[in-house]
Amino acid sequence: MEKKNDKLFIIIAGLVIGVIAAALAFAGNPKNMGFCIACFLRDTAGGLGLHKAAPVQYIRPEIVGIVIGAFVAAFAKKEFSSKGGSAPMTRFVLGFFAMVGCLMFLGCPFRMILRLAGGDLNAVLGLVGFIAGIFCGIFFLKNGYSLKRTYTLKQGEGCWMTMIEVVIFALLLVKPAFIAFSEEGPGSMHAAIALSLGAGLIVGVLAQRTRLCMVGGTRDLVLFKETRLMMGFIAILVAALITNIVLKGFKLGFAEQPIAHTDGLWNALGMLLVGFACVLLGGCPLRQLVLSGEGNADSAITVLGLMVGAAFCHNFGLASSGEGPTAAGKIAVIIGIVVVLCIGVINTYVKEKTANTANEAA
Amino acid sequence: MLDARGESCPIPVIMTKNLMASGEDYYEVMVDVGAPVENVTRFAESQGYKVEAENKGGEYLLKISK
Repeated sequence: MEKKNDKLFIIIAGLVIGVIAAALAFAGNPKNMGFCIACFLRDTAGGLGLHKAAPVQYIRPEIVGIVIGAFVAAFAKKEFSSKGGSAPMTRFVLGFFAMVGCLMFLGCPFRMILRLAGGDLNAVLGLVGFIAGIFCGIFFLKNGYSLKRTYTLKQGEGCWMTMIEVVIFALLLVKPAFIAFSEEGPGSMHAAIALSLGAGLIVGVLAQRTRLCMVGGTRDLVLFKETRLMMGFIAILVAALITNIVLKGFKLGFAEQPIAHTDGLWNALGMLLVGFACVLLGGCPLRQLVLSGEGNADSAITVLGLMVGAAFCHNFGLASSGEGPTAAGKIAVIIGIVVVLCIGVINTYVKEKTANTANEAA
Repeated sequence: MLDARGESCPIPVIMTKNLMASGEDYYEVMVDVGAPVENVTRFAESQGYKVEAENKGGEYLLKISK
């Protein structure tokens, strides 16, 4: 009985999140981008001046809402716990390259679902690459991959990401001169602040309670024949699809899709990098945000990796645009796949130096 | 007793799955509060085990039996 409720809850949560995410695009957010964790972290990095790409600068209240929503939900359920210490720099690098993959494709796994729900067939190739990337990660998981355990830290440690989000939100409201907001392009398209924040809070609470994760769906299905997270994934897709059809936002095809390009190979390879890196991280960008709100300092570092990755993508011209991918972006994705592969190999097959072997070596 | 505390998703479940390959009737697994408790419990139940969770202050001792 409990098991049934469990699945019902994530399906209902997925449906609610799907409707909210599709509707936000009609409330002012860019098309098929009611939510996009990668794009919104990138916009926020731009708003804070970490990159200077004028069309993609805005402090997205959805991100603030997700982190604070997760923090409140975790606190209320006595699940808030400060922990960390599981390979923070490796996680930073994985976050960095996950963002490189996202900005090749132009969206995180969450936006990939929303693009599918908007009829953007380029996202089908993204999905194919994404699943292939998840399989790459699963190979290492099955062979003993681990970044080693986290440890409980002092309570203050786990509060940083939530506090940073509060400060960032204050900057959005006060708009001091050093904060940059796009005047045209995707960054200039946004729903009202209260609406975006409210949507983020609801998604943050629901994602924390359901443990929703976009890579978790495929991963758990393959590893354990466990369908719960996949149900959440499908529920978001179905709800967003229906909302798009009702609000007349559904347009089937490859060409002229909003904030998307038609280079199938690089859409697939970009998302392969995302799926691979996210399985090695233990969760998609949305899940990392939620965990950072729950007090996980490693996930907070991952989110910083995503943001720094986004800044580099725009400073170095790695991010794709509607015109297509850039040559530098393709090189970065290949480097990313190689780096993530090395991280998989090192943390699966390379034996740790114990005190004994270290002595023998000496 | 298996100590799966602090491991990222889905490693606690993989560790439990590997442990169960020995085919015994009783296991004890230590996990963190939140997703790991739920995931390991769900997996053990799907394998036909009963799970009793004992709260050890932010961590759980799962007593998994046939």
